Formats: sequence, structure tokens, C-alpha cells
Amino acid sequence: MLKLPSTVPGAGAGNSMEASHRGIRVQDLNAWYGRLQALRSINMMMEPKLVTAMIGPSGCGKSTLIRCINRLHEVVPGARVTGSVLLDGVDIYAPGTDPVELRRSVGMVFQRPNPFPTMSIFDNVAAGLKLNSRMPRAKLSDVVERSLRQAALWDEVKDKLNQPGTALSGGQQQRLCIARALAVEPAVLLMDEPCSALDPVATMKIEELVRELREKYTIVIVTHNMQQAARVSDFTGFMLMAADRAGELVEFGRTGEIFTNPRDKRTEDYITGRFG
Amino acid sequence: MTGLRKATNAMMLSLCGLSALLAVAALVAILGYTISKGLPAISFQFLTSLPQPVGETGGGVGNAIVGTLLLVGLACVFGIPLGLLAGIYVAEFARPKVAFAVRFTADVLFGVPSIVTGLFVYGLVVIKMQGYSALSGGIALALIMAPIIARTAEESMKLVPTTLREAGLALGIPRWRTILSIVLPGALPGVVTGIMLGTARVAGETAPLIFTAFGSRLGYQGLDEPVAALPLQIYRYAISPYRDWQQQAWAAAVLLVMGGLVVSVVVRVLTRRRLH
Amino acid sequence: MLGHVKDSSAKRPALLARLKGRGRRGEVVFIALSALAALTLVALVLLMVYELTVTALPSLQRFGAGFIGATTWDPVNEQFGALTAIYGTLVTSFLAMVIAVPLSVGAAVFLAELAPHGVRDAASFLIELLAAVPSVIYGLWGLFVLVPLVKHPLEAFLGDYLGFLPLFQGPRFGVGMLAGGIILAIMVLPIVTATARDIIRMVPDSQKEAMLALGATRWETIWKVVLPYARSGITGAIILGLGRALGETMAVTMVIGNAPIISASLFSPAHTMASQVASEFAEATGRLYISSLIEIGLLLLGITLVVNVLARLLVWKSTGGSRTGEAV
Repeated sequence: MLKLPSTVPGAGAGNSMEASHRGIRVQDLNAWYGRLQALRSINMMMEPKLVTAMIGPSGCGKSTLIRCINRLHEVVPGARVTGSVLLDGVDIYAPGTDPVELRRSVGMVFQRPNPFPTMSIFDNVAAGLKLNSRMPRAKLSDVVERSLRQAALWDEVKDKLNQPGTALSGGQQQRLCIARALAVEPAVLLMDEPCSALDPVATMKIEELVRELREKYTIVIVTHNMQQAARVSDFTGFMLMAADRAGELVEFGRTGEIFTNPRDKRTEDYITGRFG
Repeated sequence: MTGLRKATNAMMLSLCGLSALLAVAALVAILGYTISKGLPAISFQFLTSLPQPVGETGGGVGNAIVGTLLLVGLACVFGIPLGLLAGIYVAEFARPKVAFAVRFTADVLFGVPSIVTGLFVYGLVVIKMQGYSALSGGIALALIMAPIIARTAEESMKLVPTTLREAGLALGIPRWRTILSIVLPGALPGVVTGIMLGTARVAGETAPLIFTAFGSRLGYQGLDEPVAALPLQIYRYAISPYRDWQQQAWAAAVLLVMGGLVVSVVVRVLTRRRLH
Repeated sequence: MLGHVKDSSAKRPALLARLKGRGRRGEVVFIALSALAALTLVALVLLMVYELTVTALPSLQRFGAGFIGATTWDPVNEQFGALTAIYGTLVTSFLAMVIAVPLSVGAAVFLAELAPHGVRDAASFLIELLAAVPSVIYGLWGLFVLVPLVKHPLEAFLGDYLGFLPLFQGPRFGVGMLAGGIILAIMVLPIVTATARDIIRMVPDSQKEAMLALGATRWETIWKVVLPYARSGITGAIILGLGRALGETMAVTMVIGNAPIISASLFSPAHTMASQVASEFAEATGRLYISSLIEIGLLLLGITLVVNVLARLLVWKSTGGSRTGEAV
């Protein structure tokens, strides 16, 4: 059905080939904001049920990259994409593909916790289901509880499900947002610097959570924190944007290798803190 | 020299304060006089009965109260959907140039003297329906109301953070549902403020009704028949030679002022809450 | 659901089918409806010009361009000209601005720069309330309170002491252009004040602090830094007020005396374009009479459109990108 290139640069690590139709395959992806090119020829493979971390200095395009995976990039006026992203072998940029349906399979957690301010904790988690389909309240309650448990938030909020989501602490709000994303049962969870607005304790909780969720979801996490990438991810991609060039994937590989034995000089410089 | 500078400073600053004081004094003078003059004349009979034939004392403004409620209701039926949808379009869908054009027209339409709007509806509706009517009055008021609602709706929707829209979209909620269920509730205080300001403004409008609703000494006779309105009746009574009618004009003015005051206070409370 | 179940290849056609979507009818309908509403607003302005032109056609054809310059207003002989109304409109609006502008700018400076928080909020609220009072109530108050006061002491004083000026000569009725100008000034005051206050608030603190640090007094800072900085915005606010004054109807109708007279004296009754239409329309008989009144409305629309476009551009320019539509 799909002709995949025989080699995918960057996706060097062994097991990707045999599972080539599963997970997320990014092929020759370019992205623009108006005239400004944000991504240049990105090729990579995000393995199913593993955590892939994207690191790099700010503005290198790593957020843009994950926003291309749920086609949220295109809601920015003037934004444009070429190339393709295959989700379990299906090109999400194929003509006629409905981004709304796609996004139900690809959840996303944002940089700052953004619970819907006009909704209760319950309604926040239920929002994706309620606003898309009619589901009996009892079933909805089950889903909400399951999602909150998955996000390790249930015990903290089970007695105050009717309170506004914005009344929680920052870390709790972020876990609420994770629960909200999980409630629609996605296959993929995109996390865009999910801890950048949180304190260390809350950050630790989210990281624990990522390690747990990895069993069920394909996770792509963008982070500016290299220790975090090292702690939570199985694969790491290092991106860079030069002054005159759009964001490029400099190196991609197993997290252990990237951090201990980078092949590219620039990766090494970044990881050892020589710039960025 | 220093003395002169200090004196100038003190004098000019006081003059500024005095200007503000004068503006406030004007309000107190107008509202205070109106209320003191009109309040004693308000009675149950004044509120409920129809006007007496010319020359006879007594009677009330029941017809005008019914008429104003009807006209404002009609204005809301036409004006709120028109203004709200236009505001949503500008805030959420329009390309920048189109948004600019619509916003600009709304502002221009807002600046059109209400008497001209009245003449317009006279040509558009009254001539074609071959008679003055409540319907034409409601349409004229709706045209005055719509731009106010459009602008306030747009501006308050713009204040809803983009990240909430993206959170909705990322859950696989279609854009229109995201707007209706997430963005609009977030902007609700502002939207309601706009609606109330628009309602208050048209409830006091007189000029456009001269050529449309026309006024009537009877109560509701049908949408295609002329109907009374408080401001219209105040005008006709004020310029009449009869003491009793002039007195009734003051009393009717109190009703109008009270309605306006209530709206202003509610709006104040709503906008306050939004800031906190 | 799209799950990473063991044989996900079997699920792929399902995923493919799902991603094709169900043809988002709700989305299309919603966008179409809202676009239609926006389009309606734009179309209304154009339709307004068209409709008024069509209904004014008999008058346009009969009098042509001469309508604007003619001073006759004679319903009996069906001779109509707009100059008396234009004159009354310009004089009352100008008078209103002469009175209201210094007061508004002063009040705006006070609210934005000088008043303590509590006072500022309370005074702002009251002044905005003043803007919300219906025009007919200004008219009522104007007719029964202001007009007697204008007649005595104001016109008596002006006539006795400044009567050598043509402005203040002639019989003292109370009703007339002076009363019209004053009531308009009161109505325009809150609009100009509120807009100018918002604009003055946008003057960056650094600008003022630099001046104050040089040893300037508060007033010198306001006069030399704040007001020049906010000049184009304040001009916009003033023109916005002017637009309101030009089109204001009921209050003026009730205090101006409604007579087709051109007189140098502010004491003289007159009429404005808006007041003429409002006061005569109900009694107007005959196609030509009505269409002449509508042509006056058309002229008024033209004038206020120009004035408003000018004002919006100035206010937008100085309140920055947030309102210009360039930023999303």
C-alpha cells in the first residue's frame, strides 16, 4: 500500500525496520510559518510504546515537529507543511484526511497547563468525549475515573470533581490535562515541554507518569531539559536551527547512545553545555 | 520663576480635576433632577394604563412599556445572532484583511446616526410593507445593536488564550464545537456585557422609531401595526403643551433611567469579575 | 479506537477510513452562517447608501447639486434646500466641541494621570454612565432645565456684556443654537473623555519618568510629554465626539427651536440636519417633501461616514496593533 524508502536517515537504531508500519514515521517533513521555514527535511521514526524525546535549543523547531504530528501546526494562519507523517502506516497528510479525527488518536499536552477555565474537573476530563459524541453519564464517569487514575490524579481530586479545574495547583492542572488527553483513548501522546512551568516536585511526578504511560502509549516529549530526556526517554532526537537554516534533525538514536556517545560534534557540544 | 512654575502646575492640575468634577456634576444634575421630578408620579396605574384622550388627565404609559419590551425583544431576536455570529467570524475564522474590513464596517455602522438608520429602515421595510410597524422598529434597533455586540464579542473572544483553542482541537473536538463550548464560555462575561450595552442603548433610542414603530396610543396590535415606545412617548409628551403629559414624560424618563442604571451596574459587576 | 493491538495491520483500513472523516457538516454550516453574518454587516452599510439614494431620488432629480447650497425650505411651494440645516449642524457641533474638548481632555488627564485609584474608578464609572443616558432624557432635561437657564442668566449676561459681537445679539428665547451647542457638549463630553483617557493611559511611564527626573512639574510633564505623545489619539477621540454631535438628534431637536433660519447669533433658533428630519418627518406630506428630508439624511450619513472613518483610523493608529487586525 505504501512505498517506504528503504532507508530512513536518522532512524538508525535496529528494530525500526521490521515494525516500519507501526508507530510514527516522519518523512521528508518541511514546515513553514508564512515565509519562515521552521523545519527542514525531517526524517525519523517514533517507535510504538516507547518514549521519544526531542531536545535542542529554543526555537529549533521541536515543538513545531510534534505539532505536525497532530496537524495542529496548520491551525496557525499562514502555516504550511510538505512531506508526510505516517501514523501506523497511514499518511495523515493524505488528501481527504480529517485532522479532527486524527487528533482523537493523537493526544497532546501543552507547555503550560491549560484546563478549560469554565469547566469543572470532571467536565475537563470528559470534554473530548462530551463534545464529540453522546455518552451516557455512567459510562462517562467510568472514563473520567479511569483517566484520572492513569494520570495519577484520582486520589487527589475524587472528592472535588465538581470544582473548577483551574483551582488545582500547577502540577495537578498539568496532570488534569494529561487525563483529559487520555480520556479520548489516543494511541499517541504528544507532550510539548510539559514541565517547563512546574516546580521540581511536580516535574518529578509528571516524569514518573510518563514512564508508566509508556506501557500503553507511544509518547513523544519535547523538552529543553536534557536530564529529563535522559531520565524518561528511550530514543532521543537532537534538533538545531542555524541562523540561516530551518530546524533540522541533527542526530537521532537510542537515548543512551545520544548522551554517552553522540556521533555529531554539534550534539556533543550541546549536551556538554558548550552552547544552547 | 520656580514660584510661577509651581503655581501653574497647581492651577492646571486643579483645572483638570475641576473638568472631571463638572462631568460628574452634569450627570448628577440630570439624573437627580429627572428622578426627583418623575419618581413621585410613578404609580401602579401609571405603569399599567393606556394614555387618556387628549385634554383629559390621568392615564399611563402601559402601552409604551409593552412597546419598548416588544421592540427591544425584536431587536435582540435579530441583532444578537447577527452581531454574535459576525463577531465569532471575525475573531475565529476571518483572514486578517477580511477581519479588518468587517471590524471597520462594524465601527462605521456604529457611528451612523441612529436617525439615518431609521430612515434606511423606512425605505427598506416601511415603504415596502406600506405602513409603520413594530417589526420595522425592531429591525432598526437590531441594526444599531448588532455592531456593538459584534465588536464586544470579538474583542472578548480574542482575550481567550489560543492555547485553550488548541487544547480543544488537540482533543479531536471540531473547530466549531471548540468555539461554541470552550471559547465562547470563556468569553461569556464580555459577550454578555456587549449584549447588555447594546440592549440598553437601543432601549433608549428615539429617533429611528419616529419613522418605523411610529408610536401608538394603544397596546400591542400585531407586529405589522405601529407600536408605542417609552422614549418616543417621552419625546411627544415633553414637547406637548399639556402639563399633565409633561409630568408623565418625567415619570417615564425615570423608568428609562432606572433600566439603564441597572444594566450599567450589572455590566460593571460582570467586567469586574472578568478582571479578577 | 486506534490501538496498538497486536495485529495492527488488520486495523489499518479502519484507521484509514476513520481519518477520511465524516464530512464535517456542522463545521461547514457554522462557518457559513458566521461568514454570512459578517457579510451582512458589510452589506448593510452599502445597502444603506443605496436605499437612501433611491428614496431620495425625487429630490435629487428635482434639485440636483443645488440642494446643498439652497437656503429655502418651503413645504408649501415645494422648494427645498439643505443649507439652513447644514449651517445649524455645523454651528452647534462646533460650539459643542469648543465647550467639550478642553473639559474632556482635562477630565481625561485627571482620570488617567492624577486621580487616586478609588476616585478614578468611581469617576470613570459615573462618566461612562453619562454616556449611557438616552438622548431623549438629555432633551427633556434640556427643554425644562437648561433652556430656562440659557435664557436667563446666560443669554442675558452674554447679551448685556458681549452684545457688541454679532454672536450674542437679537431676541433671547432660550431655545436656539446656544442651548443646542451646550446640550451637545454635555453629551459628547463622556465619549471624548473615556476614549482620551484610554489613550493617555497608553503613554509609556518611561516617557513621563524621564521628564519628571529632569525636574519638570507634573503639569509640565503632561503638557510637554503626555499630551504630545497622545496627540493623534486624542484628535481621533475628538473627531469621534464630533461624529456623535453631528448626528445627535433628539436632544437637539428638543432645544434648538427648529426653524429654517441662518443667523449669526447663537441666540437664534435654528435646526440641524438630524433635528429637521426628526421634527418634520411625521408631518411631511408629498413625495418630494419626504424625499428631500431623506436626502438630508443621506447628506448626514455622508458627513458622519467621513468623520467616523477619519476618527477610527486615528484612534486605531494610536491604540496600537491590538485593534488594527494585523495581529491574530
